[in-house]
Amino acid sequence: MSTPRVLPVGEHALLVELDDGERAGALHAELLRRRAAGTLPAVTEIVPAARTVLLDGVADPPSLAAQLTTWEIPPLEGADQETVEIPVRYDGPDLADVAALWGVSEREVAGIHSSAEFRVAFCGFAPGFAYLTGLDDRYATPRRATPRTAVPAGSVALAGPYTGVYPRSSPGGWQLIGSTDAPLWDPRREPAVLLTPGTRVRFVPGGAR
Amino acid sequence: MTDRALSVVRAGALTSVQDEGRHGHAHLGVPRSGALDLPASRLANRLVGNAPGAAVLETTLNGCAVRPRWAVTVAVTGAPCPVTVDGRPVAWGAPVRVPSDAVVEVGAATHGVRSYVAFAGGIAVEPVLGSRSTDLLSGLGPALLREGAVLPLGRPGATRPPVDEAPAPGVPEELVLRVRPGPRADWFTPDALAALAAGHYRVSSASNRIGLRTEGPALSRSLEGELPSEGMVLGAVQVPPDGRPVVFLADHPTTGGYPVIGVVPEPDLAAAAQAVPGTPLRFVLTHWR
Repeated sequence: MSTPRVLPVGEHALLVELDDGERAGALHAELLRRRAAGTLPAVTEIVPAARTVLLDGVADPPSLAAQLTTWEIPPLEGADQETVEIPVRYDGPDLADVAALWGVSEREVAGIHSSAEFRVAFCGFAPGFAYLTGLDDRYATPRRATPRTAVPAGSVALAGPYTGVYPRSSPGGWQLIGSTDAPLWDPRREPAVLLTPGTRVRFVPGGAR
Repeated sequence: MTDRALSVVRAGALTSVQDEGRHGHAHLGVPRSGALDLPASRLANRLVGNAPGAAVLETTLNGCAVRPRWAVTVAVTGAPCPVTVDGRPVAWGAPVRVPSDAVVEVGAATHGVRSYVAFAGGIAVEPVLGSRSTDLLSGLGPALLREGAVLPLGRPGATRPPVDEAPAPGVPEELVLRVRPGPRADWFTPDALAALAAGHYRVSSASNRIGLRTEGPALSRSLEGELPSEGMVLGAVQVPPDGRPVVFLADHPTTGGYPVIGVVPEPDLAAAAQAVPGTPLRFVLTHWR
């Protein structure tokens, strides 16, 4: 495995850059394991993203940066992990456009999307908004030319390599292929977010209305 | 609702409840939020005998007015401003005993932007993810103050307010922000960092709790395109496509796709929170040890 590139961010943070999202996910999992085992120096935030992991609130960044590059990081494994199932009605207003783009029927879009195994790569954009990877590269989907001013809460949507689910109504330019009633965000729950980074996810067609 | 509460008489331009913020949730897309001028909010709390992280009011330019329903000790810090209780002038930057049902008027800032109003016992709205702060990016926490709104107050602790007074901050002629280059300085042309350091910038009126926006020379990129989303820190100097640097403040997004040319250390951000639009702004490059 290639050596992670460690970039200083101000006085108390490090940005660790990897070759791709899989490796960023693997480093994130390793950081969580080390934190749980008590062998990670104290940090206030561990923020995975597309191909980086940000460590913020680091007391001694140069020392942690030096340690990080010596770690043996095992690749991500999915088989033994619990999978969160998200019921989806494949009824989004952009379903026909996505079907045309993929060169398949609308029903096949639902079939392709619901048979993929997803992983939450990271959260961002809004509290509880998860970026999921798992669709084959050929199904990468451009954003809409004109973003919507209000995407309804629960919308299941595609942009680039990602699937996202809007935890609440917000503006957005993703292509909407379906909707769900899954409780994505509840600040009274621990964790508040259903789809936390690293979580394995499957979308299940149908879904109670 | 108990009597231990205050009602809002005049909400002001943009008054929010703030404490030290929501930490440890950035990986869920939850911004940190919290008082923009943390030393000032901590000082206000100390003056009324609160723990430093108790929730206070953060005003914007024109203050606010509230009516505590119970006698309570109040202190105003941050941007200096006239303070009155039922029309009578009282001290800024010192504990003031306010009788029940008297109106505390926090006036317009004589300089600076944000005043902090602490009440003994703190503002006791329901915390969300461990913080009472209003987050203007994602809408977490209590609503902005509105006329007629009622906010609960906590029970004052056993700590006696110190007999103390805070010196009013002077009027800064310019805002100076140190910047440590990275993590994405290499996305810019070799002279971009020099241009940032040499540039005559001003604080833009588009600044808010999310970021201090600037007017001045545009920084040019050597790499085009959008950076894959990556984690963002407080003080990050992000450069959007128009080339004008934006310094991320407490309500900044947790991830972003524009490159960060450098990072302003946290101690410099209190001054950034108090810089009125038009203030000359100078960036000074520093280096990582």
